[in-house]
Formats: sequence, C-alpha cells, structure tokens
Amino acid sequence: MTTAVLCDVNRCIGCRGCQVACKQWNEHDEFIPTKENAVKSTNQGSYENPPQLSARTWTKIRFTELEYGGKLRWVFTKLQCMHCEHPACATACPVGALQKIPDGPVTYDEGKCIGCRYCMVACPFAIPTFEWDKPIPWIRKCTFCTTPGLDRLAQGWEPACVKTCPTDALQFGDREELISEAKKRIAASPGRYVNHIYGENEVGGTSWLYISPVPFDKLGFPKLGSQPVTVDAERAMGAVLPVLVGVAAAMSGVYWLIQRRQSVKALKQDSEIKGENK
Amino acid sequence: MRLEKPAGFPIGTAILSVIALFSLPIFIIRYLYGLGAISNLSDGRPWGLWISFDLYSGVALAAGGFTLAGAVYIFNRKKYYPVVRPAILTAFLGYQLVILALLVDVGQPWYLWHAIIYWNIHSPLFEVAVCVMTYTAVLALEFSPAVFERLNWHIPLKAIRAIQIPLVITGVVLSTLHQSSLGTMLLMMPNSLSALWYTPILPLLFLFSAVAVGPAMAIFESTLSTKVFGHKLSLDILAGLGKVIPYILGLYLLLKIIDLMVAGELGLAFSWSPYSLLWWAEIIIGVILPIILFSLPNVRQSRNLLFWTAILVIIGLIINRFNVSLLALEPRPGTSYFPHWMEFAISAGLIADALLIFMAANRVLPIMHHETTAQSVLKVSKVLERA
Repeated sequence: MTTAVLCDVNRCIGCRGCQVACKQWNEHDEFIPTKENAVKSTNQGSYENPPQLSARTWTKIRFTELEYGGKLRWVFTKLQCMHCEHPACATACPVGALQKIPDGPVTYDEGKCIGCRYCMVACPFAIPTFEWDKPIPWIRKCTFCTTPGLDRLAQGWEPACVKTCPTDALQFGDREELISEAKKRIAASPGRYVNHIYGENEVGGTSWLYISPVPFDKLGFPKLGSQPVTVDAERAMGAVLPVLVGVAAAMSGVYWLIQRRQSVKALKQDSEIKGENK
Repeated sequence: MRLEKPAGFPIGTAILSVIALFSLPIFIIRYLYGLGAISNLSDGRPWGLWISFDLYSGVALAAGGFTLAGAVYIFNRKKYYPVVRPAILTAFLGYQLVILALLVDVGQPWYLWHAIIYWNIHSPLFEVAVCVMTYTAVLALEFSPAVFERLNWHIPLKAIRAIQIPLVITGVVLSTLHQSSLGTMLLMMPNSLSALWYTPILPLLFLFSAVAVGPAMAIFESTLSTKVFGHKLSLDILAGLGKVIPYILGLYLLLKIIDLMVAGELGLAFSWSPYSLLWWAEIIIGVILPIILFSLPNVRQSRNLLFWTAILVIIGLIINRFNVSLLALEPRPGTSYFPHWMEFAISAGLIADALLIFMAANRVLPIMHHETTAQSVLKVSKVLERA
C-alpha cells in the first residue's frame, strides 16, 4: 500500500488552515504572521499569501480567478511536494538525502545533504526550496509529515494539513483506493469535474492527486507527460559501467598495438642496418 | 635549470593579486550570512553563474589535460610532448578551481566528502563528484614529475614513470565519464531545457565538445605563455593541434544536426526566438567558423590566427555550456536572474588565483622549458632505438 492524498479542488474554500497547520507541526510557527511573532504579511494585491513556497512555507494555497459555468470564480489549489512515484529529486541527489520510501513519501535526510540544489533544478513541479539566508542552509520541502522527530505517518496519523482541513477537500489514504474514489466522484457529477486526475499518470504518477472543475493548465499546474523525467538520465547512467570498461580496454589496446608496431619497426630497422653492415 | 628571463609582467601580477584578494571578504560574507547575501540565486534559479561558468565551462576547458596526455602517451604523438605538461597543469588548476567554486556554491561544503560515504549510484552528479575527486588526484600524480624533477627526487620520479601509462589511461577513462555525465545531469530536465539542446545523446555531445576544446585550450595557453614567459613553441606543434580540431568539431556538428533532424526539431533553429539566436551563436562562433578557419593552410601558418581561432572554439564552448545550464533552462515561473556583482567577483577571484599559481609554477618548476628536455629525451630514445 502506498499512501496518498486526494485533493478535491471543488471542496477547497481557501481558508489556508493547511498552511498554518503545516507551519505549526513543522515548528515553523514563528513565521506565521501574527502580532506576537512580529512577522508582517506583505500586501501582494491578493488574498494569496505568501507569494510562493519557500524554506518556511512548505505548502500554500494558490488563488486563481477564472470564469467557468458562466460565473467568475475563485479556484483554490494546494501546492506542496507531489511525492512522485519516480521522483527526479531522489535520482538527482548525489548522496541519497532524498528518498522515496515504499509507503509513498519522498523523505529528506539532513544528515546526508550537501546543499548542491540539484534536486531543486531537477524537480518538474518546482518544489524544493533552499535556506538562502542561513550560513548553514538546508533544502526544505514537504516531507509528507515524515520529518524525523515529527513523523506523523509513523504514528499512523494523517499529515497535519489533511488533519486540519475543515471541508474534507483533502483525503488521506491508499493511492489505488483514492484513484477509484476520484473516478467515482467524476462519474457521479461529470458537470462539476474535468475528466482528469492530475497525478495519476503525470511523470509516472504522484502520491498527491487532484480533481478539479477546470483543466489543470489553467490553474498553473505544469503540463507533463506520463513518462518519468528520470528515464533518459537513468538510461545514460546504465551506460557508465560499459563505457568505463570499454574505454579502458580500447585505450590499453591502442597503446599495446602502437608500442608493438614500433618495436617491430625497430627490429626491422635493426636487421636492415645489420644487413648493410655485412 | 633556472629561467633566464624574469617571467611575467609585474603590473599584471599586481592586478591579478588585487582581484584574488578582493574575493576573500566575499567568501567570508557567504559563510556568515548565507548564499542569499552574495548572490541573486533564488528558489526559482538555484544554479547560476558559478555552475555555468566555474563548473560547466571550467571542467570542459580543463579537457586539454586528458586529450593531450592521451594523444602523446597512448596514441604516441610524441610531437606534442612539450604541450602535455602545461596542459596537465592547466587541467589540475582547473579542477581545483571547480572545487573552490563548489566550496562557495554548495550549501554545506564541509559535507562534500559525504559523496564518498553516501552513494547514490543513480545520480549523474554522484558520478561527476566521484570522477572529479579521483581525476584531481590522478592529475596531481600526472603533474608530480615536474615537482620531483625540480627537487631532484629520483625515486618518486621513477615510481611515477613506472605507472605513467595506467595513470594516463585512468585519466582518459575518468574524463570520458564525467565530461559526458555533466551532460547526463541535464537529462533530468526534459521539461525545462529547450528542445534545441535537450537530447538523450547530450552526454555524447558534451564529450565531443570537450575533446574539441582540449587542443584549442593548448593553443590558447601556450600562445599566452609565449607572450608572458617568452618560451616559443614550434609553429609545427600549434598547427598540428589546429589541424585536428575541424575533424572533432565536424563530427560534433554532424551529430547535433542529425539529432535535431531525427527529433524533428531542426525547424526550431530556423524559427526566430532568443533560443535560436543563442543556438546559432554557439554553432557559428564555436563550430562553423573554427572548422573553416582551422582548415585554411594560411591560418595554420600564423601564430596569431591560430590563437584567435582557438579563442573562437573556447568562446563557443562557453556559450554552449551557459546555454544548456542557464540560458535555455527555464527558471521557475516568475523568476528572473542576473548574477550579483559578488558572484562575478568570486569567479574572477578564482581565475586570478589560478593564473597566479600558473605563473608561479612556471617560474619555479620545469613546465615550459620542458620542451628542451623533451627534445633531448626524444634524441636519446632515437639513438637508443638505433643502437
């Protein structure tokens, strides 16, 4: 069983309780904008705040204004690590600090990370972030509440964001079951959903699944194929050992051939000189 | 063996020293206040100038080390013996530059050694890390004879000579692997790297362009050394280096064009966009012009023209590496990036460091005037062959 979360965009009311719960659980609550924390939220010209994911905001609600069904509406989509089935970050990480565990989450191990940021460049969903203002910086991203010491999943609990969601827009469970649940909802009210479960097949599947009333590219979700992004790189990495052996053998062969040809030539010259001397 | 002529311009050395010293406080700021304080890097653009210039271009420009060592020791092109040692020194310094740049760029440089104990064998960057570490050690060994000769240490000199060929082969193997896997690293970004560059054969293209820039760097650095130190390398050697380049670049161009045709994306090069402009810039400057120029006999008869054509190859390669690792790689939505002046200062400081060490090495160690020793060695070996 791999765990997953189904996010029903139709049910989300944009309360951003998940954002707060995430910060509270992951001990980032000093960054929640309150008077006591002396953190000010800046006016972005929108209720959407903060403007993007960061090392202190691992999840946020994106507000999209668009017209559908003859009305101008707000659509709220939750952003966080998608916990891919074939995560580019985990393949990219040279030291294996990011790992896909069989349960579903892509975990992060501070004890291994060197801060190279390849994961950030490789992620097709633009998720991992970095502590740019710290002298000892780490990579930060949603860990599916598996951060050591703060591991909710190990306790058999659902992630903090799911726990706090007041409208059941987020549902935690087995990936296969959630996919059939999503299909059921789409089939039950085809007018309310587009026939697309985002994350079912994208880049080989993700542990976060979305259903929505409008096409996902209109909500800023990247348009991705069903092939994992790691395929080409993995194929090239498979060639490393053969190339190593092949190049070493070829170079040794060339060296041996040329040396031999030369010694043969030297021998011939030798005998010619001897012949002339006679 | 001491140099007769006092080497280097004192003013040049002074300027280089100032640039090198100027970058020191920036290093300190980085370790006190984080990468954000000295760079314009952000979550939307996590890799910038340092990765494109110091890592991607730097590693490729150090390819002279393995191409020339391979040509001389394995393919028995003895003619180029005099350029091997400076090429290996350049490569050795180049890799140290890369490592120094990573000490700034990587978030936790004090944990770089984690790559030795925590292996992710699926990661192209792991392969690069392991190869760069081992190859730097190989380069140190390949260069060590210059030090031992100077110190007159015969025993280690003999030991190195005994393992010379395995050492060179190891160098060629390691270089083949990591030059190409710098390309493999970009294969993880099929969605953000422009289709003009993204191809499954990117590792092969990386290897070919690195091999082509090796001799160009040798022409470049030996011409500069001639100007600064006054050791004149025979034109025959430079012309020979220039003559090889069109073959490698020609093959590279062919691969690139066929690949685009197979992918059905050659049209992208002919449709107007900033990307097609960048693509033509690297192809015309770094590939087509050098192929034409190096093929002309009167270019190969002129030290000046050889030098400037080699510079074209080098600039073309740098544009290519910037294209694939920065300019044609989409940032996250809503991000723009232009390097902070302190990013430039760090890179400039590192180059100044390398040039200063190169100049110092030339004064103290038998690098360039090694030619005379090489010629005497050749003569001796010819005599021995006859005997």
